[in-house]
Amino acid sequence: MSTLHMRRREFLQFSIAASGGLLIGFYLPGASRLAAAEEPSGSAFMPNAFLKIGTDERVTVIVNHSEMGQGVYTALPMLLAEELDADWNKIGYESAPVDAKYNHPVFGMQMTGGSSSVWSGFEQYRKAGAAARAMLIAAAAQQWNADPASLRTESGAVLDGANRKLSYGQLAEAAAKITPPEKVTLKDPISFKLIGKPEKRLDTPEKISGKAIFGIDVRSPGMLTAVVARAPVFGAKLKSFDDSRARNMPGVRKIVAVPSGVAVVADSFWQAKMARDAVRIDWDEGEMHSFSTGQMMEQFRKQAQSPGTSVRRDGDPDAALAQAAKKIEAVYEVPYLSHLMMEPLNCAVDLRADSCEIWTGTQFQTVDRAAAAKAAGLPNERVQIHTTFLGGGFGRRATPQSDFVVEAVHVAKAAAVPVKVVWTREDDMQGGWYRPAFLHAIVGSVDASGNPVSWRSRLVGQSIMSGTMFESIMMKGKQYDPVSVEGVDDLPYEIPNIAVESHQAQVGVPVQWWRSVGHSHTAFATECFIDELAALTQKDPYQFRRALLTKHPRHLAVLDLAAQKAGWGKPMPNGRGRGIAVHFAFESYNAQVAEVSVTDGKVRVHRIVSAIDCGRYVNPGIISAQLEGGAIFAASAALYQELTFENGRLQQTNFHTFPVMRMNECPEIETYIVESNEKSGGIGEPGVPCTAPAIANAVFAATGKRIRKLPIRMTEAL
Amino acid sequence: MVSFSVNRRRVNLEVDPSTPLLWVLRENLGLTGTKYGCGMAQCGACTVHLDGEAIRSCVAPVSRAAGREVTTIEGLSSDLSHPLQRAWIAEDVPQCGYCQSGQLMSAAVLLRDNPRPSDEDIDQAMTGNVCRCGTYPRIRKAIHRAAGMMSAGGAK
Repeated sequence: MSTLHMRRREFLQFSIAASGGLLIGFYLPGASRLAAAEEPSGSAFMPNAFLKIGTDERVTVIVNHSEMGQGVYTALPMLLAEELDADWNKIGYESAPVDAKYNHPVFGMQMTGGSSSVWSGFEQYRKAGAAARAMLIAAAAQQWNADPASLRTESGAVLDGANRKLSYGQLAEAAAKITPPEKVTLKDPISFKLIGKPEKRLDTPEKISGKAIFGIDVRSPGMLTAVVARAPVFGAKLKSFDDSRARNMPGVRKIVAVPSGVAVVADSFWQAKMARDAVRIDWDEGEMHSFSTGQMMEQFRKQAQSPGTSVRRDGDPDAALAQAAKKIEAVYEVPYLSHLMMEPLNCAVDLRADSCEIWTGTQFQTVDRAAAAKAAGLPNERVQIHTTFLGGGFGRRATPQSDFVVEAVHVAKAAAVPVKVVWTREDDMQGGWYRPAFLHAIVGSVDASGNPVSWRSRLVGQSIMSGTMFESIMMKGKQYDPVSVEGVDDLPYEIPNIAVESHQAQVGVPVQWWRSVGHSHTAFATECFIDELAALTQKDPYQFRRALLTKHPRHLAVLDLAAQKAGWGKPMPNGRGRGIAVHFAFESYNAQVAEVSVTDGKVRVHRIVSAIDCGRYVNPGIISAQLEGGAIFAASAALYQELTFENGRLQQTNFHTFPVMRMNECPEIETYIVESNEKSGGIGEPGVPCTAPAIANAVFAATGKRIRKLPIRMTEAL
Repeated sequence: MVSFSVNRRRVNLEVDPSTPLLWVLRENLGLTGTKYGCGMAQCGACTVHLDGEAIRSCVAPVSRAAGREVTTIEGLSSDLSHPLQRAWIAEDVPQCGYCQSGQLMSAAVLLRDNPRPSDEDIDQAMTGNVCRCGTYPRIRKAIHRAAGMMSAGGAK
């Protein structure tokens, strides 16, 4: 405790000393947070864990989800401000410390993922705002000696029948003495003023002035920088290392062995990196030394020839197949993928005898804290994580093994200094935890009148859940990983005989959720195959889907909206083709139409129309942004991205070998939202799955060639 | 000793002259608005101006800046008044925000040299700046909007 207090004072003194100097500042977002929780609060009114109101009228919303671009620092404050009747211009945000009260109300831990922030916070944040509002009204009622029921609230103030007014700032101190209400009444959605409006993001000013602090920007007096030499092959063990050259390089302070490799600790990143590259290491490469993705996919193809664990079985698919008038078989393959966040991984740790403070951009606070505490040899409550802005997450910063956090604690422990571990882009790409490679072998059949009668999907790929702390919950009683088959196990098309089977591949490459997780490959396989079935029966792929979705009105609505807005069936410039796809994921429905042309074997995506039904929405501006970004993220993967291994070594290193879509390749993107009063669904991930199949189907429409493998290479088209 | 000017202030630094300018800005000068993304001029997150031209500071040794003027995102304006910053707010451009300093610094050179850029001009100027969140459509709109603001005489 005293350490933290003292450190806060140090920090403040240092800030004052530095403020007169040349631009030098030390950035410790939330440095005072632990201290603040223990000291009298600077804010007058903290009715609950989610907000504080100052006498200066400032309303600060404490956000329990990480801001990684998806807009939670705007959408969650909107929910709270709506019920508080706050003045939107006075709203600020702050990231929550790690504490059970900030746990995800459904997932039971503090985390950001599964496109769940808005739906899980929808009532939580509104209730927090409504409770505060009731207390402010009660405080005003006391001052005016009035009946609380006679008072109303508007734009950050309580008013009475005569339009007397007390602002929330004026009431803050009195409201702090009011007992929080046990029950609150939430607004009827009809009277929402903020929810549903395209409010501008609150974090833009910070992000266009260089002021926003990401993990990599965290600095404090005495904090050194470490770069780690990690194993070149997954599972390799450190045998020995020779740091004789590195040791005497400028700025180098310490070179220490840690479980993941050898850490070079220096005064600056560049010095640490140069010296890291000069350390010679002998590894015991282990059994992955000869691993190749080519051989792995060959093995996957063999596995797909035998039945897998049954995931779903409707009717008798084998009998139906045997009697089919026409059938078609297709094998779809997708590669390992890197999340490739713009900000490479990093983590800053200040480890003391009785406390550990961590600054990083993480999506997994509860898990990371427990893992860090274990590595540090401290109880959980002596470890605090300050969540910075995340320069992209996409699932990589939600690691069940907390790899980048645990490693940084080990470095801090071995080097016995406050240290920030920074990964180079190459380190980040080669560090594992990829979207798993998958193979889908699908057989489908139609009867004599062209109606589909059977569909059998066999999947081969690695499980994400297996071996993690979530295995027992997620795979309870199941012989397969539900995350591997999500999006094909609930195939919505009305086909009487359906089988879904799973083969769980055992490969020593660490895999993880990557924006849209299983849906990132299941939608590609299923939405391409339904297109192939439509072609087999010479039907229009949009109408073919419609006819099989009559019991799924929300699928139909987005499909129709996308088709109509895209001008489905209308003429296009020569050489162009349109493709369509529809998919349900993360409680939302999305359909996309892509328009492409192919010149000299190169696919150009001209236009994407994306329609979403995500239930009741909070901020349509953010929803459009997520659909645009989701389509571009997915198009990058569909057109360019693949991780491959030879001799156990990853062949890709940086943006030149793992390309990302750029401005000159970016299609026009139009987004449409279905008005809905259904429960809110997700938005960060649902816009991803349809893009690859829509593009692949459009390539078929333009060229007559089928795409069954990503990334798309016309030389491999059929 | 390397001497140059950053955002119109003179700096003299004892630093290895081969150190990339990016790390000198971030670590020696505390200007962390300029970001590291690739270290090999592939992503544009580190874009700054050197005597008014956009460069990738991750591959520029600090010695290259000697005697010259460097402008970083912190020097684009002191109060978000640059037309690009105003347009970025109006179009709600950033998502995670990590690449946006570089995007703005590239766009600023484009607009200075070409006050009414076409879509092709934008492609050419901005293709070196990667955005993983996919904010390109909004960046394009915001550049056009800023150009409009400038031609309407609304800004410097």
